[in-house]
Amino acid sequence: MNRLIIKGGRFLDPVAGIDGIFNIYVMGGRVASFKPAYADTTEITPGPGVEVIDAKGLLVTPGLIDVHAHLREPGFEYKETIRTGTLAAAAGGFTSILCMANTRPVNDNESVTRYIRKKAEEEGVVNVFPVGAVSVGQNGERLTEMFELKSAGCVAVSDDGMPIVDGGLMRRALEYSKICDLPVISHAEDPTLAGSGAMNEGEVSTRLGLKGIPGAAEESVVARDIALARLTGGRLHIAHVSTRGSVELIRMAKEEGLKVTAEATPHHLTLTDEAVLKYSTNAKMNPPLRSSGDVEALRKGLKDGTIDCVATDHAPQSIMEKDIEFDRAANGVVGIETAFSLIYGLVAEGLLTLNEAVSAMTIEPARAMGLDKGTLRVGSAADIAIIDLAKGWTVDPAKLRSKSKNTPFAGMTLKGVVEKTIVGGKTVYSRE
Amino acid sequence: MDEKGIERALARIAHEILERNKGTEGLVVLGIPTRGYGLAQRLQSIIEGIEGVRLPTGAVDATLYRDDLGIKKEQPSLKKMDIPIPIDGLTIILVDDVLFTGRTIRAAMNALMDFGRPRSIQLAVLVDRGHRELPIKPDYVGKNIPTSLKEGVRVRLKEIDGMSEITVIEKE
Amino acid sequence: MRFKGKDLLGIEDLDASDIDLVLSTAESLREVSEREIKKVPTLRGKTIINLFYEPSTRTRTSFEIAAKRMSADAVNISVSTSSVVKGETIKDTAKNLEAMKPDCIVIRHSASGVPMMLANYVKCSVVNAGDGAHEHPSQALLDMLTVKEKKGAIAGLKLSIIGDITHSRVARSNIYGFTKLGAQVTVAGPPTMVPPGIEKLGCRATSSMDDAIKDADVIMMLRIQLERQKESFFPSVREYSRLYGLDEAKLNRAKKDVLILHPGPINRGVEVSSEVADGPHSLILDQVTNGVAVRMAIFYLLLGAAKE
Repeated sequence: MNRLIIKGGRFLDPVAGIDGIFNIYVMGGRVASFKPAYADTTEITPGPGVEVIDAKGLLVTPGLIDVHAHLREPGFEYKETIRTGTLAAAAGGFTSILCMANTRPVNDNESVTRYIRKKAEEEGVVNVFPVGAVSVGQNGERLTEMFELKSAGCVAVSDDGMPIVDGGLMRRALEYSKICDLPVISHAEDPTLAGSGAMNEGEVSTRLGLKGIPGAAEESVVARDIALARLTGGRLHIAHVSTRGSVELIRMAKEEGLKVTAEATPHHLTLTDEAVLKYSTNAKMNPPLRSSGDVEALRKGLKDGTIDCVATDHAPQSIMEKDIEFDRAANGVVGIETAFSLIYGLVAEGLLTLNEAVSAMTIEPARAMGLDKGTLRVGSAADIAIIDLAKGWTVDPAKLRSKSKNTPFAGMTLKGVVEKTIVGGKTVYSRE
Repeated sequence: MDEKGIERALARIAHEILERNKGTEGLVVLGIPTRGYGLAQRLQSIIEGIEGVRLPTGAVDATLYRDDLGIKKEQPSLKKMDIPIPIDGLTIILVDDVLFTGRTIRAAMNALMDFGRPRSIQLAVLVDRGHRELPIKPDYVGKNIPTSLKEGVRVRLKEIDGMSEITVIEKE
Repeated sequence: MRFKGKDLLGIEDLDASDIDLVLSTAESLREVSEREIKKVPTLRGKTIINLFYEPSTRTRTSFEIAAKRMSADAVNISVSTSSVVKGETIKDTAKNLEAMKPDCIVIRHSASGVPMMLANYVKCSVVNAGDGAHEHPSQALLDMLTVKEKKGAIAGLKLSIIGDITHSRVARSNIYGFTKLGAQVTVAGPPTMVPPGIEKLGCRATSSMDDAIKDADVIMMLRIQLERQKESFFPSVREYSRLYGLDEAKLNRAKKDVLILHPGPINRGVEVSSEVADGPHSLILDQVTNGVAVRMAIFYLLLGAAKE
């Protein structure tokens, strides 16, 4: 049986409460044992069937988990494929990702789910967990066969990309999903308030003469969905929270004890709508980048647990959809390769502890979606990220693994470089 | 040359203008801004002192007609164009401070042609420094100052520059 | 003096000395349009393309006349936005036009930011002739020229801009321009049409017409798009015009020497009554005349010097 030994790294696992120098022994793709390096007298030598990774000076964590990515396959393979998307995820330190249902065809039935899983098994390099649609064709009219979706491998349902306008349908979704204990991920947006808005409504949109989307477009639906979670007892997960008001609503819902979880993206945690100045379409996404007050509230929410986890909302778009008029440009940014470094930036700024940051990218997203992932125990799959926190890198879109290059972080220098990503004991990414 | 010298030269030019044109009939004095226009105004008052006639006087800005636009790094700023009366059939006394290559005078004459068909154009300059690049010859000259191409001639007038003098300066 | 940069994309990018330079150049050029032969050879051999994605006879004609009076060759391209949806991208259009070696492209587009995109794609000069609700710099410059001509100076004046501020590029460019030259600017309109954060551009905002007109030296009335009624920005033309239309009764509460501007075309009887539009305070036709001079000045300043 093949063996892998990760030697002398700083092992951090928030669930186990471990933060120290450990040697990690992996056998047959599973964690076999941990030994504190100072007490480990085993002679570690590479040989046939024995791989040794010297992790001295590096951070070793459970593999990162992203509950919100768009892999675009099937249907939009020119933007991303399961192959390129999972390669990008691996380069970002992620070992498990959820992929959203807004493909073509929409992942609203078990055959699409099975197709995605099969592709992921054949071509993907990280664990892929499909998210099924809430409504057939994401049309916002009829519920999907959620039990079958779950049986085929879906771990959550969402019409993400499209808001669920009909409050009655959202209610039924939260009720019905209880049968199979699937969380309903809400893309909270009132399209009548968002209108044809292209960015956050505020001083910057006024300056640029672009139509704005007020925070109330999100908050009103967050409030509605929380009320429905209270009514139904269903599991609600609010995707890509972007405003201070939403954070407040979620905080109250949690205090009340409702089954509500929430995520925020690295871009909403680090950028404001000023990134749109000069009409940069790579800073156009939905929900839009908000004000500095909103960013501050999101950071506080992440720190105090109101926001459970970080999710990338990795949304590849081709140059054809981005290198056009701002009004007409598609929403979305790629983010899976920059996510850890951006969140580590918050640690470097003293806004989060390293433990909180790792927690928000490993165990918390796993808990929100009910995945048995995000922590390393003896016997668990060896999904591991190895990161050099001391090293920096400059974001060069051309070098991203993702098929699309729509990042608003081009040219920025970030700290924290993913050195290796290991899925089931197999190294799927190794920095050149 | 100082203020006195300039005044003397202009007085002589005024007399020459009157002699050659047999009086003031049909004359209009147009200066090229900035200092040529100042000199034109001075000529106007000198002639008024002699003849008691106030000649129509104005400014002709040659900038829009220059042949070096699009060649220089900076475009020159525009000055005032002020043609006080229709110039058809009149004799124009075109006034400038320094005559050098002749290109400005060419540009000014082209500008004037866009305003009408004068009977003739006569050129009066305070200084002729030589180095003509076009077949242009002044009719009235205050002073000939031979210069090298490395030199420049600077004219200052008290009403514009606060002091009057003509100096030869080294170009950088 | 050289104009900074190769393009004129917005007044926000200019400083007071740039604006003064355009205005003084335009003052000199105004005379050309008064001549018998309304043409100077200054920009002989230059090619200017008017690329209009939005119909605008007035602005396009003004740019075209300005180009021709400077002896440049002006070519007009009108693209209907409906065909653009299926047609080529701005980038492809830009590259194709550039291959024809123009010296300047004047662009009007219904989407904010397109002139900036274009300027990034091409080496020649780009002049923004109005983009979405962003900027309309030549309009603001001609407005400033018109006010300066009548009042002598801009500094210290009070300008009130009244109407649909949210959707107005003319308002934005004028707020930047007049404040940079030392005027105090007030914007007024129904709260549905005064955008958030407008004060950060340097002006004061009010929803009271009386408040806006009582101390104003200059009142600029904006054209109201009648379609906005369908989106409930205002309930009816009748109520809008009663509250924010400028008629003689309201004008009587303004200063005696107040100037009235309007970027045109006017909805008579809606934002401005006919008596006011044709009355002694109105400078609407002076604006049109000055428009040509300002656009000649823009061409002279952008194209009159050697390329970098």
